[in-house]
Formats: sequence, C-alpha cells, structure tokens
Amino acid sequence: MRIAVVATCLGDALFPQAPIATVELLERLGHEVVFPADQTCCGQMHVNTGYLDAALPVVRHHVEVFGQAFDAGVDAVVAPSGSCVGCVRHQHAMVARRAGDEGLARAAEQGAERTYELSELLVDVLGVTDVGAYYPHRVTYHPTCHSLRMLRVGDKPLQLLRAVRGLELVELADAEVCCGFGGTFAVKNAETSTAMLADKMAAVLSSKAEVCTAGDSSCLMHIGGGLSRLRSGVRTVHLAEILASTDRDDRSADIVFDRAEVRP
Amino acid sequence: MTGHGRAAERSRTIELGMPTPASDPHRHLRGTEGFPAAAHRALADTQLRRNLGHATRTIRAKRAGVVAELDDWEELRRAGEAIKADTMARLPELLVQFEERVTARGGVVHWARDAEEANRIVVDLVRGTGADEVVKVKSMATQETGLNEALEAAGVAALETDLAELIVQLSHDRPSHFLVPAIHRNRAEIREIFLREMPDVDPDLTDEPRRLAMAARAHLRKRFLAAKVGISGVNFAVADTGTLSVVESEGNGRMCLTLPDTLITVMGVEKLVPTWSDLEVFLQLLPRSSTGERMNPYTSTWAGVTPGDGPQAFHLVLLDNGRSNVLADAQGRQALHCIRCSACLNVCPVYERTGGHAYGSIYPGPIGAVLSPQLTGIDGPHDVNATLPFASSLCGACFDACPVRIDIPSMLVQQRAAAVDAHTRRTGQDVAMAAAAIAMTTPGRFKLAERALGVGRVLAGRKGRISTLPWPLSGWSNARDLPAPPAETFRQWWARTHGGT
Amino acid sequence: MGARDEVLARLRTARDAGAPATPPIGVLSDPVVPRTYRSAGRFAPGGEQVLARLDETLTDYRATVTRVPTEDDVAAAVRAFLRTAGSVVVPPGLPEGWLAAFDGAVRRDEPACTVDELDHVDAVVTGAAVAIADTGTFVLDSGAPDQGRRVITLVPDHHVCVIRAADVVASVPEAIARLDPTRPLTFVSGPSATSDIELDRVEGVHGPRRLDVVLVGGLRPGEQ
Repeated sequence: MRIAVVATCLGDALFPQAPIATVELLERLGHEVVFPADQTCCGQMHVNTGYLDAALPVVRHHVEVFGQAFDAGVDAVVAPSGSCVGCVRHQHAMVARRAGDEGLARAAEQGAERTYELSELLVDVLGVTDVGAYYPHRVTYHPTCHSLRMLRVGDKPLQLLRAVRGLELVELADAEVCCGFGGTFAVKNAETSTAMLADKMAAVLSSKAEVCTAGDSSCLMHIGGGLSRLRSGVRTVHLAEILASTDRDDRSADIVFDRAEVRP
Repeated sequence: MTGHGRAAERSRTIELGMPTPASDPHRHLRGTEGFPAAAHRALADTQLRRNLGHATRTIRAKRAGVVAELDDWEELRRAGEAIKADTMARLPELLVQFEERVTARGGVVHWARDAEEANRIVVDLVRGTGADEVVKVKSMATQETGLNEALEAAGVAALETDLAELIVQLSHDRPSHFLVPAIHRNRAEIREIFLREMPDVDPDLTDEPRRLAMAARAHLRKRFLAAKVGISGVNFAVADTGTLSVVESEGNGRMCLTLPDTLITVMGVEKLVPTWSDLEVFLQLLPRSSTGERMNPYTSTWAGVTPGDGPQAFHLVLLDNGRSNVLADAQGRQALHCIRCSACLNVCPVYERTGGHAYGSIYPGPIGAVLSPQLTGIDGPHDVNATLPFASSLCGACFDACPVRIDIPSMLVQQRAAAVDAHTRRTGQDVAMAAAAIAMTTPGRFKLAERALGVGRVLAGRKGRISTLPWPLSGWSNARDLPAPPAETFRQWWARTHGGT
Repeated sequence: MGARDEVLARLRTARDAGAPATPPIGVLSDPVVPRTYRSAGRFAPGGEQVLARLDETLTDYRATVTRVPTEDDVAAAVRAFLRTAGSVVVPPGLPEGWLAAFDGAVRRDEPACTVDELDHVDAVVTGAAVAIADTGTFVLDSGAPDQGRRVITLVPDHHVCVIRAADVVASVPEAIARLDPTRPLTFVSGPSATSDIELDRVEGVHGPRRLDVVLVGGLRPGEQ
C-alpha cells in the first residue's frame, strides 16, 4: 500500500520518535510511505480552545495537502495519534460547516474516511496484529481518551502489544480514566489537570511497569512529564516505537525525558 | 433552632417592612469566581476529595452493573435521544396540548418568563392558602429560581424533605450534585450536622447510614402529616395525557404529592415528552443511570386533580428562564435533553476532583458546563460562566454515560467558541492563536517556527528536560517537566533519510 | 403580552432559529423515533420464569416474598406477614378472603381514614395493577378497588402487597402499556430507601419501611 504519514505538529517538532517509528514500521511491513511535506497541523488546538474561525484555514490546509496526496495515488493516511485523527474525523467537517463552507466539509469527510490512527491502520486495514516486533520489557498501556472514545479503537493496541515478542503486558488500574492532559486544559486548569495526573501516575507506578505506552505523544508528554519530575524511572514510549522495535533495533533506550544523555 | 425555624423568624422581620433581596435572576446559575479559582480551593480540601472519590466510585460501579443487565441499552439511549429531539422540534405545540390536558383534568397552568415571575406566582399561590410552611420535594427548577428565599421573604418556611437536600438546608450549605446535593458530605459530617441542627434528635445518634435516615424520618414525620401545601418539580411530563411524574427514593416525594391539600409543581418547559409510552424508555434509562438501580423505590404519576385522592388543588408553573435561548441554538439545544440523572457528573474526572461548588451554578459537572452559560448567556469577557466550558479535558466519558446521548464534548467546544467570541478586546491567547494559525497555513513559516525550538534545547541544558516555564505555562511546569526539543525534527530526519523537502 | 403568549412566542422563534438541518419529525405520531429496544421482555407474562425473576429482583431490594400456588393460599400467607400487626387498613375493594385468617382489627378505607388514623394503624394490605420482573417493581393504581387511595399505602409503616401471576410482566414497556396514565399511579420497588449518604442504598426513610409481597400462582400445589 501507499501510505501518507501525518507526522502531527507535536510529533514533527518535539517527539519525532513516534512518526519515525511509524515510517520504519510500515516500510518494514513492505509498504511505501510518503510524507507530504507541506503538512503542518490538523487544527485541533485551535478547535478545542474555541478558536473555530482561526481553525478554518488550518483545517483547509490539511484537507488540501492530503487531498493532493490522495490525488497522487495514496491509498491511506496514517497518524500516530488518536486525537489528531479524532480531529480530522469528527471536527474538520464541523469547522467547515460552521463557516458555511459545504465544499470543504465534504472534502474533509472524504479525506477522513481514509485517515487512520496507527492501530486502526494495522489491524483493520492491513489486517496484521503481529508486526514482528521484539521488545523485552514490562509495559503498561494507557488508552488515550480520543483513541478510546472518539475513534473507538477498542483493544486493537492491546492486540498489537500482545503479539510483541519479549513484551510483558501488565494491567493499568483505572486505565480508561483521562490522564488530565486535555491540551490547553493542562494550562488553563493546571491544578485540576495535575490532580488527575497524580492519580494516573500512581496507577502507572503501582503497575510496576518499566514503560508506559499509549497512542498519543501528547498524553505521553503529560504522563512522562510528571514521571520525569518524580524521577520515577518509568519511561513513556509511543506505541509506534514499541511496534517498530526489533531484536536488532531495541528502542527502549529512547527515553524522551533524558534525551540529552542518550541520543547523539 | 432548625434552619427553617430561623428562616421563619427572619421572614417575620422582613414582613415588618425590610426590602426583599435584590433579585439577580441568574444568581443560582452563576458563581462569583471563575472555575480555576473555585477549583483551587476544592482541590486543597482533602476531605472533600475523599468523599467525592468514594461516592462517585461507588455509583460508577453500581451503574455499570445495572446497565450491563440490559442488552438493549444502546437502543434505549438512541430512542431517548430521538424522543427528546422530537420534543424540542415541536415544543410550543406540545406545551399547548399539555396545558389543555392538565386544565381539562382540573389543574391550573401558569406560565413564567423568568425565575422572578415563577417565584411570584408560587408565593402568591401559597399566600392564598394561608399556609406559613410548605413541604418541598427536591427540584432543580426551584433551586434555579431560588424559590426558598422568595418564600422566606414572604414569611413562608420552605422545608426541604429530600435527605440530601435537608442536609444542605440544615447546614446552610449549597447543593453540589443533581441527585445527591450533599454528595460532598460523608456520614460523619452528616451526623455532626444532625446533632447540631435537629432539635429533637437522639443524642446517641451514630453515623450508621440507616440510623441517619431514621433520624430524618423522625424529624420530618409530623411536618408531612400536617402539611397544607406541597411543592415539587417534575421528572417527565406527558403532553398527550397531561400526566406528570416524580421519580424518587425515600417516599418524601409521595408525602409531598399526596398529603397536602394544595400541590404546586414548577416545571422547566423542556421536561415534556410527547406520549405516555415514551415513559417506557425514560423509566428504564433514568434509574439505572442515576442511582444505579434497576428501578428507584418510588415513582409517582398523576394527571390534574383526582377527586378523593391527594391534593384537591393543583397548580403547574411552566418556566422558561433562559430555556428559549438554549432552544435557539441548533447544537446547544441538546442541553435541554438532559434528564438530570447526574451520570455525567459521576464519571467526570474533573467533577470527581473539584466537586459541584466549583462550577458556581446549581447545574454542575459536564452538563452544567454547557447548560449554565447557555441559560445565562455569556455577559462579556469577564463572565465567570465563560470559564465553565473550559473545565474539561474533553475526555468524552460524559457522552458515553449520558442516557440520552447528549454530545457534551462537542457542545463544550461550541461553548468555548462562544466564550472566545465574547472577547471584546484581543487577549494574549487570541494573538497567539492567530499567529499559530498563520504559521500552520504557511509551511515555510511552520519550518521556521520549528527551528526556533532550538532555544528550548538551550533552556533544557545538559539534563535534557525543562522544569520551569514562564506564566501561563508555569501551570504546566509546576508539576511536569518538558523534554528538550530533539536535535532533529521529523522533517529533518525525513529529508536526511528519504531525500526531498 | 401575557407570560403565556410571550413564552410560547419565544419558543416558536427559538425552535425555528435552532432547527437542525434535518427536518423535524412528523405531527403527533413519532415514526422516526427508533424503537428498536425490547418492547417485551424475554419471559412471557404470568409464566414461571417471569415470576421467579420477580421473586429475585424484589428480594434483591429487600422486600420479603412468599409464593403461593392459588388464591386460596393468600390468607395464610398474609396472616404470616401480619404476625406482628394488631391492625390493618385495606382499600374498599380488597377481596374479603385475603384477610380471612387475620385476627387483628381491619379498617376498610370507606369512609376515608384520616391521616391520623393511618398513622396509628400497623399495616396496609393491597393488590397491585401490574408488576415488572426485570426491575422488581409493582404498580399501584389508585382507581383500582383493591389498591385504593395513595395515602393508605404511604403512611402505615408496613405494606403487604398481593400480586397475581397474570399481572406480572417482564419489562417496563409491557407494564406501561397496561397502565392508565390519567389515574394516580405509584411504582414501588422495594421499601423506602435512600442513596443520599455516600451513594449507598439504605432502606427505611419516609415510606413503609417493611414491604412484603405475596406472589400468587405459577407454582404447582405443594411447591411453596
């Protein structure tokens, strides 16, 4: 398949490990990956902060860039993020309709039909749960709110993780409760967000996992930021990185919050 | 002296010529400070957080259990959603039909444009009976209008009879939950309140919930049996039969609806359903979502006046008080579908940690965050209700729990947009968002902006993490690190490994 | 403009302004409300399965249930429940036979009892209009001769309700269809209770604190 990758603005600028792993994983599975270089952001930050007018050109830009990719023969678009795909699927057309742009709304809906979160692409579209990964660590999985309740990915990420050789999957208590990130919520209502984070971190720590994984770098930035502050030693690693790991390329050293000490 | 006794005393003074309290029609729908400030205090109250955590955890488990018993739960939710949407699409016509049926069965229908008008109608009706005390069954509509204060001002003591509402009234507190207004109190605190405020209470009262319930029974029994006027709200009203219903647990509702000579019911206009058979949907959805029971202990239905049984005078007050504003918004009108089950409160991670008082309005939690600002409208950039739609991480748990499928997360986004639209001057955030939108539609600038992140690497230094940020981002860095930006962005990696760009 | 006309005018304007893109649903019927939920329960009305489930759900919410095979067995069951009661009130049309074995004072609510009288009577015995097995509920219809005015089942502290097998349905929709919406109805599911203290259900507030049910039929004689 010919698959276009959405790096996501956060993934492009701050957490490139996730889109890099997505590209390497899909290439390893024999697919052609393209990167539409004009892409920027899906507009979610604007939408969810209430800037629906300002979001309109951002949405239009995304729809146009990936519309061109489809025209150029791309079969599917993938993002290593439940919330970005959630925005594409559930908010783009709404933003367009609110502005009275029905043409853009239709184009957004068409593009959204072939835009997938990583675990959806792997399990539903490519029909694979064992991606041949090797990751010899004790891992717990946090289902992010938007992948769980906007996209309804269900247990697809868990199916993928269970098939990873060497990986010990441990249960996370109250897994389906939000970590408290919520985009600008973490800044506007920082104290409430922190209270939610504290409970999530307690659950992660009591799971005795070495690694907490999820399908969204944003939530991992939040949980990882808290765990880093606690100097807990538990790492946050994107699902794509685990799935891209093999016995020749163990990414477990790819610790986001200790980057300066690790990566050249 | 009981709370109510004190009220009667105060009101006697007022009768001697003191002015009635200044009436802000929205004072029960709008707090005095924004959500973050109110949440700050709530979060610091560890007892409150323990009480809420315990109560919401209990109710979530109970709800999940009884919902799982029904294999047609999703179908019921869809039916509930559709019935309410249909009701809103025909609301004026259905109300006229309903009024006709109630009147034909001996009820008297009154209409109120706002809280003040509703209160005036009720006060006049009570005065007409000569009663100086009324018994009340918990009603969000009369909390919204502040009826108790209006009655007090007119020399009438309003006695709340729902256990949790009684706890709130006795402790001069504010309600913090639809279903259990005293959810923020634990059994030990309730015992303290009873010992302090109930004159006839057994001094050996323990904090065993059963004993506490018995104390409430003893406290209210004589008042019920002597009551001349009852005041109630409504859970569902049926347009084609003129039937009203009250869904309750304790029997205090039955007491108020059955024993007094006069019954006055205050109903928000959105409480209507078109037909009797619609109750087959809502009487399944509400108890399971609300108290997590297959059915609540008591549901009463009545239509007008029944000779020889129950109150022989029945007055119904139909209340607008901002509901027509909400109806005018194609998206926002979904907030009128709410059946006040409080499932969204019980599953909300924000509500669980801050409690209901942080929302200022008597409608707290996720549904309150979209309903309150619509009922009041957002009055300029400093309206505290404009902070409510932001009191959510948009996690979506409320939608999954809502028995009538109100899309609260999408409505929160819409209400955020309304709050932003209310900015009369550009805020720092407005400027930042506009700049970001420009960068995000101009790929060249986006790349430049990414390069600027190199500054972050300097900030992070050798430890590879950023631990302090300037305001407003300090909210983040007070409890969380940020990683240093990477040496290479994704697009740089792509160019290096795949060529192009 | 009066309040009525003004509220209705506001609502008409608002309804039209906020009308969703999809057109509103028909006139006074509702063809597009998707009623794909169960309109009937899994068990047929009056059968053994539905009675067994009712027994279970009533008991679960702290009612005490006695099952008897025939109407002739009701008197003994009622008497057993009323062992501690010296006096009962009954609706005017309660079958005489149900209290045949009770040796305390019986007050028929005709002429109507005062509230004070009701407050001093030990128990009330009634029939029921319909019972719902899924939820452990029975419904009292104040217009029915064996159920009577609402107040007689409210003030006494002990309620004995006799439910006939033919009146037991599985689901809420089946019950709603059997009821008359113009009569005062009371749906009762267990004794008076509250969840107001830490959201845990405890029994015994303002309504009858003791609830006993005699379930008649569906058993072969000798099975009780």
